[in-house]
Amino acid sequence: MSTIFEQEIHVALSDLKLQKTITAATDRFSEKRRDVVAPDVLPEYQELRGHANRLKQHTLDHLDYYLETVEERIQSRGGHVVWCADAEAAVNAVVAISHEHGAKLAVKSKSMVSEEIHLNEALEANGIEPVETDLGEYIQQLARERPYHIVAPALHKTRGDVADLFVEKLGVERNEEPEELTQIARCVLREKFLHADMGISGANFVVAESGAVVLVENEGNIRMTTSAPRVHVAVAGIEKLIPRAADLAVFLKLLGRSGSGQPITSYTSFLSGPRREGEINGPEEFYLLLVDNGRTRILADDEKRQTLYCIRCGACANVCPVYRRIGGHTYPGTYSGPIGAILTPQFAGLGHEPALPFASSLCGACGEVCPVKIDIPRMLLALRRDIKKGETRENRWLPEKLAFQGWRWVIRHPWVFERAGFFAKAFLPSQDGDSWIRTGPVPLAPWTDTRDFPPPADRSFRQLWRSRRPKQ
Amino acid sequence: MSTRVSLFVTCLVDQFFPRIGLAMADVLERVGYQCEFRQDQTCCGQPAFNSGFTSEAREVARHFLRTFEDADYIIVPSGSCSAMIRHHFADLFEKDPAAQKAASELGRRVYEFTEFLTLVAQVEDVGARYEEVVTFHDSCHGLRELGIKSEPRRLLENVRGLELREMERVEECCGFGGIFSVKLSELSSDMLDGKIQSIVATGARTVAGLDASCLMHIEGGLRRRGLPIRTLHLAEVLART
Amino acid sequence: MPERENILSNVRSALGRRGGQPVPEPPPVRIVVPEWSREERVRRFSQNFNGDTFVAPSQDEARRFVAGKLDGRDTVSSKESFLGELGLTDFPNVRLAPDDAGELRELCIEAGVGLTGATYAIADPGALVVLAGREEERLISLVPPRHIAVIPADRILTSLDELFTILPDPARESSSMVLIGGPSRTGDIEMTLTLGVHGPREVCVVIV
Repeated sequence: MSTIFEQEIHVALSDLKLQKTITAATDRFSEKRRDVVAPDVLPEYQELRGHANRLKQHTLDHLDYYLETVEERIQSRGGHVVWCADAEAAVNAVVAISHEHGAKLAVKSKSMVSEEIHLNEALEANGIEPVETDLGEYIQQLARERPYHIVAPALHKTRGDVADLFVEKLGVERNEEPEELTQIARCVLREKFLHADMGISGANFVVAESGAVVLVENEGNIRMTTSAPRVHVAVAGIEKLIPRAADLAVFLKLLGRSGSGQPITSYTSFLSGPRREGEINGPEEFYLLLVDNGRTRILADDEKRQTLYCIRCGACANVCPVYRRIGGHTYPGTYSGPIGAILTPQFAGLGHEPALPFASSLCGACGEVCPVKIDIPRMLLALRRDIKKGETRENRWLPEKLAFQGWRWVIRHPWVFERAGFFAKAFLPSQDGDSWIRTGPVPLAPWTDTRDFPPPADRSFRQLWRSRRPKQ
Repeated sequence: MSTRVSLFVTCLVDQFFPRIGLAMADVLERVGYQCEFRQDQTCCGQPAFNSGFTSEAREVARHFLRTFEDADYIIVPSGSCSAMIRHHFADLFEKDPAAQKAASELGRRVYEFTEFLTLVAQVEDVGARYEEVVTFHDSCHGLRELGIKSEPRRLLENVRGLELREMERVEECCGFGGIFSVKLSELSSDMLDGKIQSIVATGARTVAGLDASCLMHIEGGLRRRGLPIRTLHLAEVLART
Repeated sequence: MPERENILSNVRSALGRRGGQPVPEPPPVRIVVPEWSREERVRRFSQNFNGDTFVAPSQDEARRFVAGKLDGRDTVSSKESFLGELGLTDFPNVRLAPDDAGELRELCIEAGVGLTGATYAIADPGALVVLAGREEERLISLVPPRHIAVIPADRILTSLDELFTILPDPARESSSMVLIGGPSRTGDIEMTLTLGVHGPREVCVVIV
């Protein structure tokens, strides 16, 4: 069974340049994270994780209340709230807002949800030019590719790649120095910021009782996007809510550290609507788009609701031995890494890519680093169970189901189990002395392609035990 | 305090690596425990559980509960099987409160081998001798689900003649993951590559670990590469005198 | 509005809740405020802030230092009163932020330095806290390539916890509160650190 996903895995594993690049980047992020959450640096780390988990649990368990609260607060300060059931509704809303304000040029800051709804394509189709302003996202936009990693969108590109891209798309002289490339982007994008009619951002957190969005960054493009143009549109999944501003004392300590090993990023913006009386800079209009797009379905699943606690830090991807080897683009859907492996099947349906929750050794490194304590391995197991139930109902993969039912029978009948070794040996090539099996029968072939397989013991433990005398 | 312990050797050890079970019994006897082996035992159900076949796993778990109902201590030479019993049986019996209660009660009596030695028997020196350069692999479930990290190292430190060298990326998965090793075998193999590189870099001739499944995977890779490095379960190291 | 009702209705049925059903208190806010003296706060801020810091023993020293930093370059200054008290707005080439939005923007674009105060600062993690309003405009600390902030030492709070104790709802004060932890930076190209991407490449905090 070789799906597209498995073929892509094969391609990724053969790309040595990619392997080297992702490994360097994820190693760096995870080492920095380890340094700043160490017990002697942040002794309250585990306690904060517990709080963050409980805060998210409470908010999502009562999400209707908090959604109504944030709407009321934003409206009281002259902002607008738009409720978007799905990607189409969200996209239509942004287009409508653009048209209402005569916006032709929109600057955008990094937003995973805007990727999810394919916003840029829709804007272009409606005569609005969207410009990504996060350097990594800008690079990806020029290359017409989707982001590679939640925190580092162009992680897989070398300076040479970026230099070539700028030559091709911007007509500049070729220069590989990251400093130079950054300055080129700064110049180009500054023009855009200052002429843009509209700024579109995501939201790291939506503070219900304040009616505010919180945005975390290092470059300054979010501040520009949300301060220079006259209209600010913030697009947020409904799960981004937290109850109070003071809860940021917990979340802000976890986000920067978990994602990029920074106790605090260069800029954290707390924005609550259009500019006030007496303020000169700032947008005249503020819109918060609350996007569902499948989240209420996940909300309804008691066991898997915790998937929505995610604060999009990227820590799970940085420690995942699978992500490190296959990279972001191999994952189907918008989200990659361990969070992608549990979110995409729930958004897109179990049949979309049934191999995805199985592309994990369940090592648990992801759950260990998740700042909001999502039990990702448990979610993967639940999805595997759901997939197998569905396949059984549809009578697919019957051989596997039957095999496990046979296995179950053997396991529950020890006298059969005892003799199982006999039968196994009959099917496996016999080995002399210490040797292991080099070419296995069909079910084992994928293993023996690259690894030796042990022969069953001549005498099983239970047989040996019977003739053993205790040693005192 | 009872000095009688019940061995759950695991299906893999029973059928493929019986010497691990024998070594574990040797060590337990040496430190003063009597070992029994209940013939009804087979498997903890993890292969089915990890593959998504929860109803099959549930029946197997029930069999386990029946087999070990009244055992005082159940000693297991595997972090992943111990974690399965202690953490996941409860999930399997979510809809059966009585069984869930029995499972959580039984779970309290289940010990991974090094946990038992250090926490219950309270020994760190079992009188072992093994003159070799050894590196230790932290199996994922034992490490992350049971928090086992220092226990095996303390035991190894007291083995006479043994030099312990830590490998880089010691906590990274070896790539076994049960059915993962066959279903996503290229990925699994690539992960094994990484683990073997770390091992070779230490110069060790023996890789010790707590889980026969990981060791089987690692040794399968070492042998295919013709490397003169072998794996030993920690019990086997501690059994040597 | 049907979309709103539909989504709320979906949320409620997902959670098994009725409209208007009361909500239990959220988990209590976790606030732990360290007890640090002023000296301790100044020291920690200087250590933790990711940009440059200068602790001025006197107002004269502060003035001298800022003059050096301004280096005769075109500077746009916010209306923070502390800056005027120190005589910093009297320096040549320093222009006070105009009330006209267009003029202000032009000034920021042309300026080599943005001179501001800060509402507060935080010792751990090191950050400036700037609320937009009559005294501070957003673009001054963002657009010019060099940002200098001058603050009296007693505005330095210990922590985020203390900030949210004093300011439990920043939204009541301003449409924008920004925590500035250092200069603008990115590692997006080959994980190589470069400064001054879209914001200032240099931030300097003068503590008086």
